[in-house]
Amino acid sequence: MVTFTLNGQERTFDGDPDTPLLWVIRDFEKLTGTKYGCGVAQCGACTVHLDGMPRRACVTPISMIEGSDVVTIEGISGKEADAIKTAWAGLDVPQCGYCQSGQVMSAVALLQMVPKPTDADIDGAMAGNICRCATYHRIRAAIHNAANSMEG
Amino acid sequence: MTLHDITATRRGFLAGSGLVIGVAIAPRILAAAQTGVHAGGDPALAPLNAFVKIGTDDTVTVLSKHIEFGQGPFTGLATLVAEELDADWGQMRAVHSPTDNKVYANLSFGLQGTGGSSSIANAYEQMRKAGATARAMLVAAAAEEWNVPASEITVQKGRIQHAASNRESGFGAFAEKASRRTPPAEPKLKDPKDFVLIGTELPKLDTHGKTNGTAIFTLDITPDNLLIAVVAHPEHFGATVKSFNDAEARKIQGVVDVKQVPQGVAVYADNTFAALKGRDALSIEWNLSQAEIRSSEELAAEYVRHFGEPGLEATNRGNVEEAFKAQGLQMLDVEIVFPFLAHAPMEPLDAVFVKADDGSIDIYNGAQFPGFDQSTAAGILGLDEPKVRVNTQLAGGSFGRKAQFGSPYMQEAAAVYAATDGSRPLKHMWTREDDIRGGYYRPMYAHRMRGAINAEGQITAWEQVIVGQSIMAKADLDPTSVEGASNLPYAIPNLKVTSHNVQLAVPPLWWRSVGHTHTGFAVETFVDELFQKIGRDPVEGRLALLKDEPRHAGVLKKAAEMANWGGQVPEGRSRGVAVVESFNTYVGQVVEVSVGPEGAPRVHKVWCAVDCGVAVNPNVIKAQMEGGIGYGLGAVLFDAVTLGKGGRIVQSNFHDYRSIRINEMPDVAVEIIKSSEKPTGVGEPGVPPVGPAVANAWRRLTGAPVRQLPIVNIVSA
Repeated sequence: MVTFTLNGQERTFDGDPDTPLLWVIRDFEKLTGTKYGCGVAQCGACTVHLDGMPRRACVTPISMIEGSDVVTIEGISGKEADAIKTAWAGLDVPQCGYCQSGQVMSAVALLQMVPKPTDADIDGAMAGNICRCATYHRIRAAIHNAANSMEG
Repeated sequence: MTLHDITATRRGFLAGSGLVIGVAIAPRILAAAQTGVHAGGDPALAPLNAFVKIGTDDTVTVLSKHIEFGQGPFTGLATLVAEELDADWGQMRAVHSPTDNKVYANLSFGLQGTGGSSSIANAYEQMRKAGATARAMLVAAAAEEWNVPASEITVQKGRIQHAASNRESGFGAFAEKASRRTPPAEPKLKDPKDFVLIGTELPKLDTHGKTNGTAIFTLDITPDNLLIAVVAHPEHFGATVKSFNDAEARKIQGVVDVKQVPQGVAVYADNTFAALKGRDALSIEWNLSQAEIRSSEELAAEYVRHFGEPGLEATNRGNVEEAFKAQGLQMLDVEIVFPFLAHAPMEPLDAVFVKADDGSIDIYNGAQFPGFDQSTAAGILGLDEPKVRVNTQLAGGSFGRKAQFGSPYMQEAAAVYAATDGSRPLKHMWTREDDIRGGYYRPMYAHRMRGAINAEGQITAWEQVIVGQSIMAKADLDPTSVEGASNLPYAIPNLKVTSHNVQLAVPPLWWRSVGHTHTGFAVETFVDELFQKIGRDPVEGRLALLKDEPRHAGVLKKAAEMANWGGQVPEGRSRGVAVVESFNTYVGQVVEVSVGPEGAPRVHKVWCAVDCGVAVNPNVIKAQMEGGIGYGLGAVLFDAVTLGKGGRIVQSNFHDYRSIRINEMPDVAVEIIKSSEKPTGVGEPGVPPVGPAVANAWRRLTGAPVRQLPIVNIVSA
């Protein structure tokens, strides 16, 4: 039995301890904003925050997260999240949209750690998130816009 | 029939509520917001025709006959309706239409389907007429209610007004009444100069749900008691199951059943991880007697042998053979080999099957050809077609992958469902490995090009031989193999283009921009190399040969102007250019390249000019150019699916089938040529020019021409 918090609520899981957090979130908790894209931590579509840090849920066995705090796209909040979502909408970043939960989660974590990221900071934080529609150009601009909107 | 000849028929759109047919009554659990773009009109939507529903809350919901997978038809089609309806953008909503090959036919195909960058082109008049019809019906209803002449009523930003009597209303109040009226025979369309929404950068309708995680894709449909199924596939194309042992798989907690299906061995489980773990525990022996056992290298060697043989003639003007015999020619002789490419959409293929109480089936999937999916599934499930409802879902990309004649993916998914007793809803899903190894690739191609330059520095002859699979499964000439080469825009007096169809067990498919993925590269690198040979500037050289092609010339000039072509280029960098027309849209691109850390090209900047006729939504057009550039660039730099020794597929996931990432994405600037031509598509045309533009810059920077793709393989070889 694994106990953890998911978007602020205490949850337990007593199935196969090898089950990746991704499938616990999707199949058992029925939160579908977190996506499957590769299963091997290559694409970032499954990015969640684990104790405040971005984490690929597809390679995180549920047994590893006892006592941890998990936040998904459905539960992400705060000024960085608000700024990112507003900036994303302002530039109409998504195309197919499937990877965007993961993109948003990585971008929010970046702003929480680096309030005014450079292009190199953005490359470092976002290179693990693949977007096959290649919306990268707007992702970069939206992160800068979000950072600027948080000033002062 | 060309796209420009298409006119909407009265039957196609002037349908009263009686013709809004086949609307699936979804199981209650699935009823809410399946697309993440909420239909408006709680509780009832009054259908004014097959494409427009108006809610009592004033919302206008457009039924999109095209699947939304990022290319923007929800926004584009809603814009066309809103324009003629004089709606306010804030009241517009969009959902997928039901499946109906007649009512919701793509007018370019004659059946329902999305592809060929045709959504806006074929819907331009049809959707405007749908909006104008709805407007006329609302106005007539208001005129009757207010007892005033319809001619005195105006509509603006979603408000119906009669100035003389000082009356005003939203649409919702008249929706029900209007829906009972007979639609006008010929609704009057606006003069384009009066457009207020078309041509403006309206925000996309689907952005919100795709930013906060609420947009629902097929994978997200999770009815109670759902079974998850995955199939173990062979690692060779054409292989079949010889025998299998499922003893270990059945021991996995959560695995419910294991069954052989025509495509492999299916594992059914209570949750996704159990299904995957169960699949990993299978032991399968494959029969390779019909399998493709040649490697990509061996295939390439066989392809190039066709170069000397007579092929299927696509174009033959002037006399190439004679022209090559002239004295004093400079010749250029080039061979280029293109690899298989997987589409690798972010959401691998998937489908959900739910049986209704009456035994009929609802299928939820990212249906690019929903009618084919419906008939394929009905055949396999042994049901009449009306008993199978295909509910098109938002799809996590496609790039052509979901548009398949005969619906081979649905054949597998339906076979997996048909092998159960149907008592539980079922989700069939592919993993990324299934996707990369699943075939239906952009085929391998080999091109041979020979060109002649006379003493005056003019290109006098051009011969191009193209070897590869026919995507359309043709025995004779397949136009999709030669498009972009057979209609070479450059004024060269002697031109011959031939092709050879090759048979393989590797199933082929169109991949974003189809033939132009290879012909664009071959043509645009070859012409550029010819210009380099004669010391001609690649922009001026092209313009001289495009005298009779003003739209090609227009985008080329614009891209060159944006890039300040001929101006100072930073130390260590070089520029390349290409111009390609595909799907009646013209795109010119200039790129700036240096040698990157891996020794491969680092593309810093792309200047892109596009001429797609009337720009319905410039924001969506720019996004499609940016995305097309990233998609095309990633493939040219990094991507190949290769068959190894013995024919085994080498790549399996994003670690060895690389996608372009943010640190590799260039800065992109896009400008749209102002035009009053009918709108043409933008989903694909951004892709073809970037590869050759990069190769041209690379050749000028390093002296090394690109004869094999992806470029990273040559560099690291």
